[in-house]
Amino acid sequence: MAELRLEHLSVGAVKSASITIASAEILCLSGRSGSGKSRLLRAVADLEPHGGRIWLGGTEQTTVPGHIWRRQVMMVPADSQWWADRVGEHFTVTDLSAATLNAGLDQLGLDRDVMHWPVSRLSSGEKQRLALLRAVARKPSALLLDEPTANLDSEAVARVEAWLQREIVARQLPVIWVAHDRQQITRVGDRHLAIRGSAVEVVDGSH
Amino acid sequence: MEVIDLQWWKLALAAVMILLLAVFSHLARLGITRSLLVSALRTVVQLSLIGLVLEALFASAGLFWVGLMALIMLLVAGREVMARQQRRLTGGWTWGIGTGAMFLSSFTVTVLTLTVVIGPAPWYAPQYAIPLLGMMLGNTMTGVALSLDRLTESFWRQRAVIENRLMLGETWHQAVADIRKDAMRGGMMPSINAMAAAGIVSLPGMMTGQILAGSPPSVAVKYQILIMLTITVGTGFGALMAVAWGSRRLFDDRERLRLDRLSGS
Repeated sequence: MAELRLEHLSVGAVKSASITIASAEILCLSGRSGSGKSRLLRAVADLEPHGGRIWLGGTEQTTVPGHIWRRQVMMVPADSQWWADRVGEHFTVTDLSAATLNAGLDQLGLDRDVMHWPVSRLSSGEKQRLALLRAVARKPSALLLDEPTANLDSEAVARVEAWLQREIVARQLPVIWVAHDRQQITRVGDRHLAIRGSAVEVVDGSH
Repeated sequence: MEVIDLQWWKLALAAVMILLLAVFSHLARLGITRSLLVSALRTVVQLSLIGLVLEALFASAGLFWVGLMALIMLLVAGREVMARQQRRLTGGWTWGIGTGAMFLSSFTVTVLTLTVVIGPAPWYAPQYAIPLLGMMLGNTMTGVALSLDRLTESFWRQRAVIENRLMLGETWHQAVADIRKDAMRGGMMPSINAMAAAGIVSLPGMMTGQILAGSPPSVAVKYQILIMLTITVGTGFGALMAVAWGSRRLFDDRERLRLDRLSGS
């Protein structure tokens, strides 16, 4: 599987950040609110104009159409959006087999019937977990997670962390994981970088 | 049958009723008095002037003058489309898209109707061309304005949804398919409703006018059917173009949502 490489990325306050994330590596990114963590993720997903070049393996971002890039380098926003009436309509037919889907639902602590639920019945924590499952179900080659456990209680946090770590290793995905919680960063991160002003600095090399 | 001409003082009676309405709405503090009076005044002035212009135009009947009149009508319609938007595309794109869509749809349909269906000699005879184009433009303008407004407003309100769909790897087409459908319906609804209600709920203006002017109802009805069909075609294609161009403009070549191309309300 391919690594994710940022070369001289400039977006918002961040100037000329060069970072390489290996496959199956989780890079945790922190920084004060408003420091531009989400914008950095958006630039990597090519949702926002930015300077510099980004590579997934041998593919450079601008050489493929936007939607092809985002299908591979998939971002999961902090606030997930649901546009259809039922949960299941957000999962496309080509996604996962029923068995894999059910295994994911079990591991995330979600009801197996949730696909038939109306979206209005979901709690914010359920939405957040389903948004992760929805993204992984589309089989991306890299993941950009914006505070993936923000709305969860501690038990659900543990489930989500364990499930994500398993999936990331099994699929060999390079991951940028925006997080606030120092303990979570220690638990899941292979590396920890922080945005300070215009620079992205190393906080911790490895655990 | 002779047409009864209206004396100006009889029109003043109708104007007095508007004044009465203005007094009541002012007393009830409904806040529409000013725009009501301004619009009523505009109607009187604009229509009186157009009466003079049309008399001159019918007398000359040259292609140049008819074309100039059509151009002015188009430009004013483009301005009206702009004025009816809560959020405009920056850089004059709302005006450009609105005017372009109206030009392509209403002019094409009007010229086709004149040359192929009605066939006056010459084909641009102002007695036919100007009223026909006026009705086409008036309705297309409403359709284009409504669909563009609905489109940009939905883009604005649903920006998080659109971006989340983009994040999941959908194309910009897929990400805004529902919004485009909705905007198209918004622009077409008045025409579709008018066709459905014609003759039962409402007697359309053109037919009524022709009957008042002494045409046999059977002829008036044929013209009315023609007009309603062509108006719907013009409105439909106008809204179609406005929605297609407007939504394209709100994405860049990387299929990113670019709401910075939309100015606030």
